[in-house]
Amino acid sequence: MNTFKSVETKHLEERDAFFDGLSRVSRRSFVKLAGISAGIAAAKGLITPAGFQLISVAEGAEPSAKPRFTFAYISDTHLYKRELNDRFVRSILKAVDDVNALTPQPDFVLFGGDLAQLGQKEELDLGAQILKSVKAPVKMMVGEHDWFLDMGEHWTGLFGAPTYSFDWKGVHFVTLMSVNEKDFWTPRGFTPMERMQTVAGLDNGTQSRFEVGAEGRSWLKNDLAKLDKKTPLVVFSHSPLYKYYRNWNFWTEDADDVQALLAPFDKVTVIHGHTHQMLTNHIKNISFHGMLSTAWPWPYAPQGLPKLTVQMNRADPFSAFDGCGDGQVNVLESGLVDKLYNLWDRNPVTVRATYTTSNGAKDMPPTTKLASY
Amino acid sequence: MKPAQWMFSLGAAAGLLGAPAVAAGNSASPQNTRENPAPSVPGQAPSLPDGVSAALYAISVPAGSEPRPEVVALGDKLFNDKRISSDGTVACATCHVPETGFVDHKVTSEGVGKQRGQRNSPTVLNAMFNATQFWDGRSATLEDQAKLPILNPIEMGMKSPEDVVAKVKAIPEYAASFQKLYGRAVTYDDLAASIASFERTQYSGSSAFDKFIGGDEKAVDDSAKRGWALFNGKARCTDCHAGNRVNPLFSDQKFHNIGVAAHKQNFTSLAREARSTVEAGDQKQIDELAVGSKFSELGRFLVTKKTNDIGAFKTPTLRNIAITAPYMHDGTFATLWDVLDHYNKGGIANPFLDGGMQRLGLTEKDEDDLVGFLASLTDVRYAGYAKKELARQRTLKVGKRPERDLAIATGKKTDVGDLAPNPDPSKNPASIGVY
Repeated sequence: MNTFKSVETKHLEERDAFFDGLSRVSRRSFVKLAGISAGIAAAKGLITPAGFQLISVAEGAEPSAKPRFTFAYISDTHLYKRELNDRFVRSILKAVDDVNALTPQPDFVLFGGDLAQLGQKEELDLGAQILKSVKAPVKMMVGEHDWFLDMGEHWTGLFGAPTYSFDWKGVHFVTLMSVNEKDFWTPRGFTPMERMQTVAGLDNGTQSRFEVGAEGRSWLKNDLAKLDKKTPLVVFSHSPLYKYYRNWNFWTEDADDVQALLAPFDKVTVIHGHTHQMLTNHIKNISFHGMLSTAWPWPYAPQGLPKLTVQMNRADPFSAFDGCGDGQVNVLESGLVDKLYNLWDRNPVTVRATYTTSNGAKDMPPTTKLASY
Repeated sequence: MKPAQWMFSLGAAAGLLGAPAVAAGNSASPQNTRENPAPSVPGQAPSLPDGVSAALYAISVPAGSEPRPEVVALGDKLFNDKRISSDGTVACATCHVPETGFVDHKVTSEGVGKQRGQRNSPTVLNAMFNATQFWDGRSATLEDQAKLPILNPIEMGMKSPEDVVAKVKAIPEYAASFQKLYGRAVTYDDLAASIASFERTQYSGSSAFDKFIGGDEKAVDDSAKRGWALFNGKARCTDCHAGNRVNPLFSDQKFHNIGVAAHKQNFTSLAREARSTVEAGDQKQIDELAVGSKFSELGRFLVTKKTNDIGAFKTPTLRNIAITAPYMHDGTFATLWDVLDHYNKGGIANPFLDGGMQRLGLTEKDEDDLVGFLASLTDVRYAGYAKKELARQRTLKVGKRPERDLAIATGKKTDVGDLAPNPDPSKNPASIGVY
């Protein structure tokens, strides 16, 4: 006796039951039903932002969990001159296509730093040119790859000061320059390119650790001084603003001091670049979300990985896009955020505010069965 | 059905090879292999030809559940019986013609009342080893697969399982066979199980490539050897079509968007429409999405509802690929050269294109050699037929090349991809462990 049911049959049955229930129930029990349905899907690891069950839950969720607005991000594009490497150019173009295709359009697009690979004029100009085709307004952040050839001269000429703040729909946004380094180059007599290439290396003992620095911290303190402590705060930083793995500079030396400045606020989210991987952390009042790179994924560091992180598995070396991507941040009415990783060649993954603030107790994102790397 | 001349020698070759129930689908033929019953015995695996993996066979046919020859014979007969369709014109074998590699060579298959489906008929050869059935993988078993086309209104057009059972019951020879083999009256499950049993005898190996990989350097020519090297390098085929001794199908059994669906001009907007439709969760629209024909190009997405599956279709086996033209889920490519032209330009851009797709920079000689390699994956039973097929394709390839875009393939237009070096044809990639 063949009792097998195809995936399609099971899906149709599940869907029929769902809609059948839908037609007969009140709004309140609909929410419950939708929750159950989403729970089943989540248990099977099937939940996706595109799933109709999930959206139903969002509709029925508490008012504070409703999205207030959305912004998208593109990060860590590491452009070389087109003649040297067109692969990374294709990647940023794909990301621009992605964000331009979003309906509705995001309120703005954050560029997360490391536009260039070696801070050269041609690289930064190419990136600036490409980002002009983004339909939504672009907020720029600087990364170390943009900075250490000319200490930010060309970048600031193109995009303005790297440290700034703005308010949007009741949320205070701060963009930090968090990749300052202590002078390791003068004593060694490095040329600007030697300095740049040292910073661009992942694992070396020559360079110093990233920091926001005394000046940056003082600016931040000042900026936050007049702000009501109940105002939701979103901080953009290229480096993670916590201490993950020192040898690779997945690290901010003065992270504890910066976190202390953010401590008085109720709702704080840090969105950072640099690490090129799905990365989630929660320290006291602060949720941290890493951004995907469009250029390549980094492996996870051998130590220090935050326990909340739902890891991605090793990228397919045949696919130029696997493990890379872009993403979106839904800022909720509560002032917290749901962070979406739009992984190319994979299914998108959402890390919910409820997951980070519950320290992993609620709404665990789907995990891969494949090994980490 | 008229048996082709080569059918007979095919049966004889099968006898020599000890392959069971080879192309046994011709009830009109006195040379029917049913006179020479399949050697499969319950509790005993048949001796498998080269290129058929014992490990895969053990998964597909667990020890002790080897199909009984009588059930195989019943399944064979059902497979070829047009009476199972609503108007008596279509059998399984209508689209899966045993003599021509279990395909119909049509762009998309034709069902009752000359209705055109949306899909190119895939071969039954080695289908028993597929992780999923259908181009979008919506069935996991041969049994489940067998049931659906019979009931599909544009394929065999029967109204319901009860309808099928009533029709089969009314045919005395079937009523008796089912009673004898299953100890009960005809059921739809037993009918599907019989057809599946027949299909579990349609494993296929015994190719020139299998001889070559077994150590016979002369089994394939230099062109095929160079094609094998390209296959593992510059042409990037192994990303999805990797094969090895344990899994010699040359398919990763996964689903990829390679841009074929994007041939349809509205694909991108269709995909976006589908995605936002699902997000909106409107019941009527989702129903249209699942069963409406215009959404069939969304492939695996309709089954899983996952973004990454939009426009993705199953990686088919490359065994016997030379005899199963035309190619792809919608039969859109007439020849293997068209297929290679498509890959050579990195597929067709769309937002869901698999990241492994990029330009390859293949020359015409490269493509010829790759086809030479692909042809070496043909079962010896079909060797003569493959020769004819390739000759036919070769005449087509000198004419129209609708998929060719050398400007992209060679990097003169747009900027896509770094190329792997040309291979050293004197080195068998298997010597460094690729197979």
